[in-house]
Amino acid sequence: MSEVNKQTPLIEVKNLKEYFDIADGMFKTKQLKAVDDVSFYINKGETLGLVGESGCGKTTVGRTVLNLYKPTGGEIYYNGKKIETKEDIQEFRKKATMVFQDPYSSLNPRMTVSDIIGEPLDIHHLYNSKEEREAKILDLMAKVGLNSEHASRYAHEFSGGQRQRIGIARALAVNPDFIVCDEPVSALDVSIQAQVINMFDELKKELGLTYLFIAHDLLVVRHISDRIAVMYLGHMVEMGDADEIYEHPLHPYSQALMSAVPVPDPKIARANERIVLEGDIPSPLNAPSGCPFRTRCPKASEECAKSMPEFREVKPGHFCACHKVK
Amino acid sequence: MALLEINNLQTSFFTDAGEVKAVNGVSYSLERGKVLGIVGESGSGKSVSAYSVLQILAGAGQILEGSSVVVDGQELVGAGENVLRTIRGNKISIIFQDPMTSLNPTYTIGHQIMEAILLHTDRTKEEARERTKELLTLVGINEPDKRINQYPFELSGGMRQRIGIAMALACEPDILIADEPTTALDVTIQAQIIDLMISLQKKLGMAIIMITHDLGVIAQICDEVIVMYAGSICEKGSADDIFYNPKHEYTKGLLRSIPTSSNSGKKLEPITGTPIDLLNMPKGCPFAPRCQNAMKICINNCPELEEVGPNHFAKCFINLKEAIEKGEVEVEEAK
Repeated sequence: MSEVNKQTPLIEVKNLKEYFDIADGMFKTKQLKAVDDVSFYINKGETLGLVGESGCGKTTVGRTVLNLYKPTGGEIYYNGKKIETKEDIQEFRKKATMVFQDPYSSLNPRMTVSDIIGEPLDIHHLYNSKEEREAKILDLMAKVGLNSEHASRYAHEFSGGQRQRIGIARALAVNPDFIVCDEPVSALDVSIQAQVINMFDELKKELGLTYLFIAHDLLVVRHISDRIAVMYLGHMVEMGDADEIYEHPLHPYSQALMSAVPVPDPKIARANERIVLEGDIPSPLNAPSGCPFRTRCPKASEECAKSMPEFREVKPGHFCACHKVK
Repeated sequence: MALLEINNLQTSFFTDAGEVKAVNGVSYSLERGKVLGIVGESGSGKSVSAYSVLQILAGAGQILEGSSVVVDGQELVGAGENVLRTIRGNKISIIFQDPMTSLNPTYTIGHQIMEAILLHTDRTKEEARERTKELLTLVGINEPDKRINQYPFELSGGMRQRIGIAMALACEPDILIADEPTTALDVTIQAQIIDLMISLQKKLGMAIIMITHDLGVIAQICDEVIVMYAGSICEKGSADDIFYNPKHEYTKGLLRSIPTSSNSGKKLEPITGTPIDLLNMPKGCPFAPRCQNAMKICINNCPELEEVGPNHFAKCFINLKEAIEKGEVEVEEAK
C-alpha cells in the first residue's frame, strides 16, 4: 500500500465492504452500507486507533476484520496471507481476538470466571490435561491483575473495571498476536479507565501484541495509538501518525472532530476556537452523493457532490480522502 | 441571599441490603447566573444530590431529617407536593442524561413542551403553541412548524437533547439542572449542545448546575466546581482552583489519570483500587483506602471541609499537615 512501508504488515485490509440488508416494507429490502471501501494496514507491534462518531462503521470494521461478520467484499490479509477458506478463519481466530465494549453484557452470567477464560482454551484444544488448563487460567488471571481466589466466582460479583479485566484475560487465552479492542474503556469511570489503559500498554510490551483500538474518546485514542484512522459514514477519511492527525489534521471532518475534543484545562478551553459542525450525521441508508461529508463540510463545493474523493497518500504515511486537500 | 442554598443534605436509599447513604451531608449555594459543575464517578452521589433538590428520587430514596434545601427563601424539604409542583419545571427544571428515554414516545414533541407551559402559566393553547415554536427556534431546530408535530423517534439524538433543553427552558427557570446532558452524544454534537447551553445561559441569565463525569466539559462551561466522592463533597472552588491548584488527593488523582497532550506516550497514573462500597463506609476519610498519601489519622477520623484559599474548600488532612509544617496552625489548635 505505502512505499515507505517495506515490511509486510501483520494485518492488511483492502477495499473492505460490509453491507447489511434491512427490511423496507414487508417484502422489500434495502441495503445499508455500514462499511464501504475501507483499506488500512497495521504493522506488527503497532496500535492503530480507529475513531469516528456513532454509526460511522468503526465497530463493524473491527468485527468484519475478525470475520465475525462475513465481508460483503474486499480482502483481509494476515502476515501477507489472504484469509479465504473456513480453515483460514479457524486458524486466524487463534491469533486474533476481541475485547468488547460492555463489560456487563459480554460475559455470560451463568459461567464462572475460570470457565469464561477457559472457553477459548477448550474450543481450540490448547491443553493436554486438566491441571494444565487450570494453570493456564490462573496465569492469565495473574497477567491482568485478578486475584486467583476469584476463579470460581461469577461475573456479577465484580466491578466494571474487574469485569473488563476478565474480558481481556479471555482475549489473551489463545495467545494472540492481534486484538481488536472495541471501546474497551468507555463504560468505565475515569480513575478505573487509566488502570485499564496502562494494562493494555503493559501487555502490548510484554507479549508483543498488535491492537486495533476502536474508541470515540479522542484523548484516550491519542494516548494509546501509534497511528490513527478517522471514519465517517462508512468511509475512511484520514489515516496517519497519531501526533500528526491531532496537531495537523487535513480532512475538514478530522479538523472539526479534533477541535471539538473537550480539553480538561479551563484556560485552553476558554481560548480554544472550536469548529462547530452544523447538523447531524446523515443516515447511511440515504447517504449523500459524492463525498459523504459534504452536507456538513464548511469547504464543500460542487465538485464534492459529483464524485467520491479518492483515499490517497498525500504525504508519506498520511492518507486523506478530500478533493480540497492537494 | 443566594438563589439556592443547600445545607447538610442527606439522602439515603433504604434497600434490602441496608441503608445506602448516597448523599451524606452536602452543603453548597448557588448564585443567580452562575454555572456550577458537579463532578464525580458513578455512585458518588452527584445526580442524587441534584434530584433531591426537586425531590424526584426513586421509590426507596428518602431525604433525611436535618437536611435543608432553600430556593429563593422557600424551604423545600418537608414542603408538600403542591408546593413542589409549582417549583418543578417552573423555577427549577432539569435536563436528563439520556435523550432517547427521557421523552415520551407516544406524544408529539410539541405536546410535551406545551405541557409545562400550560401547567405553569395562564397562556391559552394557541399562545402555548406559539411559545413552543419560539423555544424550538431558540434551541436551534429548523422548521419548527413541522417539528412540533413530530414524535421523538423521528429525531436524532442531538435533536432530542435540544428538545429536552427546550422543555426545560419553557417556563424560563431560574435554575437549570443538567444531568450529564452530553454524555450520550457524539463529540461534534456535544460541542453543539455545549455551545448552545453557553449562549442560552448568557442570553437568559439562568443559573446552571452541570452534573458530569467529564472534566473536559467542566473546564469549558463552569465558573465553580464541586468534586464529589462517596456521597460527600471533597473539594469545592473556582474552576481554576480545581484544575490548577487542587487540594484534595482525589481531585489530584483524577487530573493525573486523564490522558492529555502533555502525558501522551507516558504511563498514566491511575487512582489505585476500586470505588467504595456505600453499604460499608469506613469510619475515616472515604478516600483513604485508595489514597497514596493516606496517614494514620485518615483511617480513623473523617476530615472536615476546610477553607484552603479564598472560596476554595477541601476535605483533606494533608492540607492541615502542611499548614502545621509551615507553622501556620498550632498543633494544639489542630487537635
